[in-house]
Amino acid sequence: MNTNNNVYTVIYTTVIVVVVAALLAFVSQSLKSKQDANEKAETISQMLTAAQYGTKAELDKLGNVAKLDKYAQEIDKAFVINLDGEVVKELEGIEVYSPKALKRQNYNIKGGANATGEPELPVFVFKNGRTVVPIYGAGLWGPIWGYISFASNLKTIEGAYFDHESETAGLGAKIKDDPSFQAEFVGEIADFSSKNVFDIVKGGAPKDAEGKSVVDNKIDAISGATMTSQGLDAAIDTWLGAYAKYFLSGAPAAAEKACCGKHENCEGHQHEGCEKHHEACEGEHEGCQHHNCEEE
Amino acid sequence: MNAKLKETILNPIFKGNPITVLVLGICSSLAVTVTLKGALVMALSVIVVTGISSLILSLLRNTIPGRVRIIVQLVVVAMMVILVDQVLKSFEATYAIDKQLSVYIGLIITNCIVMGRIEAFALGNSPWPSFLDGVANGAGYGLILIIVAFFRELLGSGTLFGFDVLGWMGYVPNNLVILPPFALILLGCIVWVQRSIQKDLQEK
Repeated sequence: MNTNNNVYTVIYTTVIVVVVAALLAFVSQSLKSKQDANEKAETISQMLTAAQYGTKAELDKLGNVAKLDKYAQEIDKAFVINLDGEVVKELEGIEVYSPKALKRQNYNIKGGANATGEPELPVFVFKNGRTVVPIYGAGLWGPIWGYISFASNLKTIEGAYFDHESETAGLGAKIKDDPSFQAEFVGEIADFSSKNVFDIVKGGAPKDAEGKSVVDNKIDAISGATMTSQGLDAAIDTWLGAYAKYFLSGAPAAAEKACCGKHENCEGHQHEGCEKHHEACEGEHEGCQHHNCEEE
Repeated sequence: MNAKLKETILNPIFKGNPITVLVLGICSSLAVTVTLKGALVMALSVIVVTGISSLILSLLRNTIPGRVRIIVQLVVVAMMVILVDQVLKSFEATYAIDKQLSVYIGLIITNCIVMGRIEAFALGNSPWPSFLDGVANGAGYGLILIIVAFFRELLGSGTLFGFDVLGWMGYVPNNLVILPPFALILLGCIVWVQRSIQKDLQEK
């Protein structure tokens, strides 16, 4: 048989490609549900890490089921807001936004040809009083995303976890692998009234005499990973910028919940027994400035 | 088992090891050897990819048009790599390792061992020896990976397969060992050891 004949070559390659494509499509479809379950558990463990329920390594020791259980147990309230900070829908049960879902919302926030509608911005309020919001953007080689948790005053950052698809190991990948980078975010205060909500700066963020980062909205970028740092900076500005109205308006839904759980800023008050309507809270918060119990 | 088949299996493990003698697949062996678990999964993945790709291409070898043979090889190898990646992503136990290995599973396709063995062996031999050749070359690669990962995890983290081995006696992990340059130094040492045993590899 003459295998160098043109017609034969074309038919041969076509058949090979079609067979391989069909096989891969079949495998991809049949494994999709399992992969999605893994991804969901991973997303949950990243959010729990940001909300300071343990380090990522500790949470990863839990199985998928245990991660979902922990989330169900610790989540206080999860809802979706629009750009005006209004709650548009509640997230029932264990519904989280995977990186793929965040990508769609990233297009919606930025607008333009890829936008599919109004941005849906998820907000996750945990029982320890921390509010977790996602961010998503472009690194150097691929997407980067992450979760940032805020204290109940909705200004102070209390935790952050970032992940990436294909940043350079040892450089850009440090946004995920270097705990000291993520720790830099803790204690910083996001400036929601400005366009630069948060800055990751080259050349050093302001430091105090002891070399600790000053409380502001600036932290050090990663050496050798300028593009990833800039991408992360842009992602945070874009996403937190989209949430700005919600955070500035004192977050009605979150303030209602601010009575429950622990109040880092509120000395001596712990209201574990507090129900949705705050019967237990009333009249007990004279010295506490960070929530709006009196108004309710 | 005849002598030729035995040679096909044993040669790539030591005498003709793809990493230390042919010096193929260096890049990934530096990248994925920080932990034994990662190295083991990578080694098994490469064994599956080289073995089955060699088998498939050996079965097809008489029908492949010569002018597009590299493309056909690439399609088959890429298919195997994607299959391995998809399977690793699907199991709870391997999902985290797949995430840790990230791009390197996908980059098996560029691993010279795979294409090298297909071009050099599978296209000229019958399916069974080709399959064994692929598996043996993957195993030779995996063996070096595991040796390197053993030292890097032991000295770099004080653990083996994640279990504490040196930490309890106050061992301070050496950060240099975690970085890729140390893997290259280790590889150099392995080549050195092999060349002092196998004198015929030494250049005059």
